[in-house]
Amino acid sequence: MAEAPVEYIKSITRQYAKLGYKPYGWVYNTDTPPWQPLRKPLAQSRVALIASGGIYRRGQVAFHFKDDTSLRLIPTDVRTEELRTSHFAYDQTDARKDPNVVFPIDTLRGLVQEGFIGGLTEHAFTFMGGIYSSRRVAEELAPAITARLKDERADLALLVPV
Amino acid sequence: MTMSSALDITRAANPPRSVFTDFPLGHTAGKPFDRRLQREIMIETLSAFETIQTPGSIKMLPFEWSADHSWKHAGAGEGDNRTERTAEPQYQTEDDKAAASEGKLAEECIVCSNWSADSDARRSTG
Repeated sequence: MAEAPVEYIKSITRQYAKLGYKPYGWVYNTDTPPWQPLRKPLAQSRVALIASGGIYRRGQVAFHFKDDTSLRLIPTDVRTEELRTSHFAYDQTDARKDPNVVFPIDTLRGLVQEGFIGGLTEHAFTFMGGIYSSRRVAEELAPAITARLKDERADLALLVPV
Repeated sequence: MTMSSALDITRAANPPRSVFTDFPLGHTAGKPFDRRLQREIMIETLSAFETIQTPGSIKMLPFEWSADHSWKHAGAGEGDNRTERTAEPQYQTEDDKAAASEGKLAEECIVCSNWSADSDARRSTG
């Protein structure tokens, strides 16, 4: 018998209160989300992978944990062995063994080979999602990502949070 | 398309199209080294681009982490187990830190100004 999904907002709110922290400012978007119909079939579409699990490539500067709104560009032909993670708010044990659990790069490359999707953008885009300022995400990080998606002519954006 | 393993948070953020997999956090795209499961999750995810027609829809994927659900209760009510938040880059290994200091991949780091600004500020205030 299936059990209901974990209620993270409730449990984190309770935990913060218990620890005497200021309540976390959850973002509630109540407007109808923006909508863009698909322009091409999947098999002809270029997919952009965007992941917030703190993934970086060996040789890049790692993420820091104090509202880091920086973005990494990871070539989508990267060797999986070169991928690393730095994030403070989830258990990285499995992600460090197999980055595909939070950064499904081999999975997507396989589906390009199968012809299920048309291809990938030149880079994947990664950041460390533990940013406590939603204003800075909206004003700094999100515009930087959308500009790159346009540059790299992405048809579809695939977001992988943790 | 947003993949999610936190249904209530995704409902609150309300992205245009989402898929939900009921897995522990840190496994949004599957279990480690389970290539077949990772592929199935991704096919369901990408297919939702063609099937979701209503903005804000969340497609529930049929995958189960394990037959027992004890993972859903692990960690509840514990203290703050997160790493301390500093403006110092947190490398997975010391070797990564050395590799980054060579600076060869600096052009792949975008909007890093806040990183250097933070570091400079810290240095100047000691």
